[in-house]
This record gives sequence, structure tokens and C-alpha cells, in this order.
Amino acid sequence: MARMKFLCDAERCIACNGCVTACKNANEPATPWGIQRRRVVTLNEGEPGQKSISVSCMHCTDAPCKAVCPVDCFYTTPDGIVLHNKDQCIGCGYCFYACPFGAPQFPEREAFGSRGKMDKCTFCAGGPLPDNSKEEYEAYGSNRVAEGKLPLCAEMCATKSLLAGDGEVISKIYLKRVMKRGTRPDTWGWERAYMQAL
Amino acid sequence: MNESLLKQARAGKWRSWRALLLTGAVALALCVPLLIPLAVSQAQTSAQGAQTDNPRAGFWREVRHGDVGYTTADTPDADVLIQNGGQNWRQLRNGPIANYGGWLMGIVLVAIAVFLTFRGRIRVEAGPSDMRVIRFSLWQRIVHWFTATTFVILALTGLAIFYGRAVLIPIMGKDAFSVIAMASKQIHNFVGPLFVVAVLMLVVTFIVGNFYERGDIKWLLKGGGMVGKGHVSAGCYNFGEKSWFWLATIAGIVVAGSGLVLDFPNFGQSRELMQLAEMIHAITAVIFIAASFGHIYIGTVGMEGALDAMVKGHVDANWAKEHHDRWYESMDKQGNVKPIGEVEGHRVGQGAQHRTT
Repeated sequence: MARMKFLCDAERCIACNGCVTACKNANEPATPWGIQRRRVVTLNEGEPGQKSISVSCMHCTDAPCKAVCPVDCFYTTPDGIVLHNKDQCIGCGYCFYACPFGAPQFPEREAFGSRGKMDKCTFCAGGPLPDNSKEEYEAYGSNRVAEGKLPLCAEMCATKSLLAGDGEVISKIYLKRVMKRGTRPDTWGWERAYMQAL
Repeated sequence: MNESLLKQARAGKWRSWRALLLTGAVALALCVPLLIPLAVSQAQTSAQGAQTDNPRAGFWREVRHGDVGYTTADTPDADVLIQNGGQNWRQLRNGPIANYGGWLMGIVLVAIAVFLTFRGRIRVEAGPSDMRVIRFSLWQRIVHWFTATTFVILALTGLAIFYGRAVLIPIMGKDAFSVIAMASKQIHNFVGPLFVVAVLMLVVTFIVGNFYERGDIKWLLKGGGMVGKGHVSAGCYNFGEKSWFWLATIAGIVVAGSGLVLDFPNFGQSRELMQLAEMIHAITAVIFIAASFGHIYIGTVGMEGALDAMVKGHVDANWAKEHHDRWYESMDKQGNVKPIGEVEGHRVGQGAQHRTT
């Protein structure tokens, strides 16, 4: 069985935020203003060695969100996609404390711990409601996986930096790229441009 | 220099050692500035070496340290690509805190059951008298029961959130427990701030008379009369009661403070602070709850006549003589020991005079 994974090739990401827009487009009713399932983080911005990475839920094997959820509302699909049941979610925010990637999003952030139901990337695989039903679309966004498609963010990535799919397949693609760049992937990059001139 | 040292050695071994040590220390101190450039140059070369060796490893190591980047997302902590605190929090909360917390509460409950089985209820040995001693004013009782009510509500809802997944989901299933957990979370978050007020009132109201004094050590050494026969001398509050007061004060303030951090995410406090606050909150709350079992037990089932103090505001004179003899004497002198008929109508009384001698 395939194990679905995201992989962002930091050498290719140009921080265009196309994936963010694509995600919003695909999951529009479930991601109101203030909720952004995917984001691009640029490190060392404006400095030599700047890198951008698109990040959302990484669908962890031993998911920390799942481990700390007081109501145990997370589940992993046979494809290795981590989903959750919004009917059971109490909006406590624990998954947000635990997640290393900052994936869980909350529609509210009010006094007395009012956060509303958690929302996060579903790998465009909907939720526990019937596949591609109106209810599922409204609560969890699109279910492209049920239609045999991959997440829209990766499908629309202009530089093919963001890869999504079976972990084995996408890691092979990435490995091929690394091989083509040379065994030491960074030797052609910024070090040659800046470091040796110093 | 050498000659003088030798002379000193002949004069006295100790003095020579001291001189040697001093010379050595001065010499070392003089050498330090000489060593610094060497160390710096070494550090520089090793740093350069590390960078040229594997720039990528260094970069991702920095990311794992939770470095902040730039992002257009404006959700809390969105600029951190990878945060490390979450995994620590998960392991501590789900591991030692949940496990030791569960054991602590369980052991205290078992200890109480064993104590009740073997020692039984502590009776008023002289039996009921027709004289009563005024112990707590109406205000003191209101503050106590306000704190107690909010405490019990918070303890039950908090335990449901903390242990419900392990204990209640197997019994009732996820959907039913979700309803309970949702209600628990809401009640906990709204009653919490009331408890903050309650704890502050509790501290102000009961701090008089709760400072430790010399007699408390004797009480402690005799085990508070819990083991064996006979009663131990005590003032208005004994060592156990004072300790419970201070535990409630400290644990109450800690639990209230950490709870406020978690209860108001609208102020934008960081995820790291909330992880820390949650752990402090859970540890303190579990200790507080375990200790409260002892207090609730001794105040109700454990000791005959004790509940009167907090319900009626006055206690039996024989109870006072047996458990708080020094306090009874001072109350007797002040004329606060009254016939039962006179005191039963007592509602808005003067309250206890907390002088302990």
C-alpha cells in the first residue's frame, strides 16, 4: 500500500505561494479567513543561502497531534494520511502545541480558550464523512484522493518543487534530482557564488 | 626568587606551598591573554571546516533549533518552520506526568481506604456535649465553599480532559466522550477565572493563624495523633491544617497562573509558553487533587464533628478540647464557648479568634 507523503525540494521552491493559493482554492469552504492549511517559510531571507520551503501537515507516521488529542479524534487512512473528525474535536489546541510543523489551524482565538474546530491539511482527502458528499466538502474541503488525484498544491506547483504522492515514488524523483545536481548537492549553489569569493 | 622560595621552604612547609601556589596562579593568569588568540583562531578554522564540509547539514540543524523565517501566514508561530518543544511536551505529558499523576492519586486513595479500615473514624471520645465553640464566621465559610465548589468542578472537568481518553473512551466510545469533553473544556475554561478569585480570597481570609509555630513540630513528631491513642496538643489550626493551607495557597496560585496562560490565547502568547504552562498546570493540579482527597476525607468521614466547623460555623466543645486544646482554652477565656441553644441560631457570628495560645 502506498504511503502518502509531501516533499518540498528547497532548491526549487521560489516562494511564489502558488501552493497556498491552490490549497485555498481546493478547500475553500473549510478554510475561512484566517485559516491557511499550507504556508511558505523563507529562511535566511535576503542573505546568501536563502531557502524557501512550503509546509503543511506532514502526515506523520507517529503523529504527535494524534498522540495528545484528549478525544482521540485523529485517524490514519490506509494510505498513511492523517485525518481528524471535526464532530469530535473540542478545539482545545493541544494538537497545535504538539505539532512540529504548526499544521493545526483554528478559526478563532478568543478568551476562555475558544478556538473553534481545528482544521488542517487533509492531503486533499476529505474527512470521515461520505466521499465527495456536500457535507464532507463543506467541513473538510475537497476529496481529490477519492477521485484518484493528488493534492492540488503539489499539482499546481510551477517549479515542481512540492511533490506529493507515494513516498517511495517521490523520494525516487527527488533522488534523481540530487544525483543530477552532483553527489554534494550544494556545491553548485550559493557556496561557490559567495563563500569562495570571501 | 628560587633562593627565597627555598628559604621559605626551610622556614615552614605551609608557607612555601602557599607561595608556590600563588606564583603558579599569577603565572597562569598572565598566560591566559596569550592563549586567547590561539583558541579563537582554532575555533575559526573549525567553524570554516564545518561549513565547507557540509553546508546543508548545518543549515538543517539550524532549522531544527526552531529558527524563525519569513512567511505571509499570520497565524500564531507560523514563521517557525519546525518547533522542537512539541515533542518534549508530548513525551512529558503523555509519559511521566500522566503516569506518576495517576499513581499518586491512586496511592492516596488506597492509603485513605487502608487508614479508614484499620484506624476507623476518629470519634469525639468524650461524646457530644451541650457546649459549642464558634469556629468559622459566615464569610469564612462562604469563601471556603466557594473555593471548594469551583475546585471540585475544575478537578472533575480537568481529570476528564486529562485522563478521559484512557479511562472514559473505552467505556462510552469516542462520540459520547466528545460531548463530555466539550462540556468539560467549556466549564473548565469559564469556571477557571472564578477559582482564581476564590484562591485569592481564601489566602486573604485564612492566612491569619496559619503561620507555623513551635508547637507544630511536637504535633508532627507525634504523627498528629493519627497513629496510636491519645490526642496531641494544637492551637486553632494544627500542623496538618496549616500545611494544607499553604499547599492550597501555593498550588492554587501556580495552577491559577498557568491556567490563565492557557485560557486566554487571544493575548498571543507563544506556543512554547503554553506548552510549559500546560505541564506546570497538570503537575500542580494532580498534586493538589491528591492532597485534597486527604482534606476532604478528614473533614467528612475521617473525623467525627469536624464538618460542623465549616457547615454550622461552630463545633462541639469536647471536639475542640480533644483536637485543638490550646485554641479551646483561649476561646474559653474570651467567652466564646456557649451553650448549644444560644449558638444554634448563630449565623452571622464573630468567627474564630485565631490566637493560638
